[in-house]
Amino acid sequence: MYNGGKIFIGLIIFVGLLILPFYLSMGKAIAKPDPKVDTPVIKQMAVKQCVESKDFMKTAHMQMLNDWRDSVVREGNRLYTAADGKSYDMSLQNTCMKCHSNKKQFCDECHNFVAVKPYCWDCHLMPKEGA
Amino acid sequence: MKRREFLKIAGISTILGLGGMSVVNELRKGSLEAAQYAPDPKTMAAKRWAMVIDMKKFKTADDYQKCVDVCHSVHNVPDIPDPKREIKWLWPEMFVHAFPAQEDLYLSEHYKHMPFLVTCNHCANPPCVRVCPTKATFKRMSDGIVMMDMHRCIGCRFCMAACPYGARSFNWQDPRPFIKRELNPEFPTRMKGVVEKCTFCYERLAKGLMPACVEASNGALIFGDVTEPNSEIRKVLNSNFTIRRRPELGTGPSVYYIIGGNEHA
Repeated sequence: MYNGGKIFIGLIIFVGLLILPFYLSMGKAIAKPDPKVDTPVIKQMAVKQCVESKDFMKTAHMQMLNDWRDSVVREGNRLYTAADGKSYDMSLQNTCMKCHSNKKQFCDECHNFVAVKPYCWDCHLMPKEGA
Repeated sequence: MKRREFLKIAGISTILGLGGMSVVNELRKGSLEAAQYAPDPKTMAAKRWAMVIDMKKFKTADDYQKCVDVCHSVHNVPDIPDPKREIKWLWPEMFVHAFPAQEDLYLSEHYKHMPFLVTCNHCANPPCVRVCPTKATFKRMSDGIVMMDMHRCIGCRFCMAACPYGARSFNWQDPRPFIKRELNPEFPTRMKGVVEKCTFCYERLAKGLMPACVEASNGALIFGDVTEPNSEIRKVLNSNFTIRRRPELGTGPSVYYIIGGNEHA
């Protein structure tokens, strides 16, 4: 084998570098994302209930927002009737963010954790956050 | 039970079962969709929205500016001084530019220098829609508004090349730093790389409100359904001679102009 020694040394360095991040974070607890739902509007609600159930919103809010935007922009439908029969205006800026006025502690918390960068905020205005 | 009878019953129940399930599925699909998404009952409906611009009622530059300002502030339109990069939804234009090929040698000075409010004409046969490769711009079948879906726009600017009225503007840069006035928190801005234009205030129509420029114009702009024979806009069109911008192109513009007489006539 030509240059066997060099190849093996190189391979060992490569594997070492590959494993390093896993080795360094082994056994350490990583803070879970903790989206806050303690905005003034939510605090005042008698029943703290989003448009749909918490589990549904957790797993499917992105599909839901996609469906909403297509329905509003392309079909002109504005009202969403939830599973519990209540109607909501389908609007990120005017419905979602009215309650979840804490984008940094709510949206960004998980989005940063899983390294997704939704481009909603390139156009849609985020609510002004106090402090 | 004979084998023949057994096969008969089995066959019939299979057919019933298949047919029955498909009927049930169809019904369930329809009811689910209908229940989930619906237009707002406050929405102003029309078969075809149109606008009449009554030039007799525009006296001063302020009258135009009022309409332009309210439109641009409601829709978070940036103020970019560079004319190559500016964004316009509604703006004043000289007669020769608004109505090319209609200028006469002896057109009165008054008309020659009179600013005409121009905007997207929401054509019946919109060339911008035909060229859009992503269907980001489309004509709403319900009311004829030529809409923009900013989520789909890829910024190819085919629509700008196709539009004979120059009604579309491209965002060459992030528009947000150029929005000097207070942002309207109810409406989004745009981002770098998309094309934008007037949408006949579809978001206001959905709430049962007239377009912002119409409200601010003190009756100089008349908005309504042209397919409705008793609507105000049809009465105005019946009792006035109106012209449209470049109708010879076959685009079927929905914005009508009353030129009208004045003290110089």
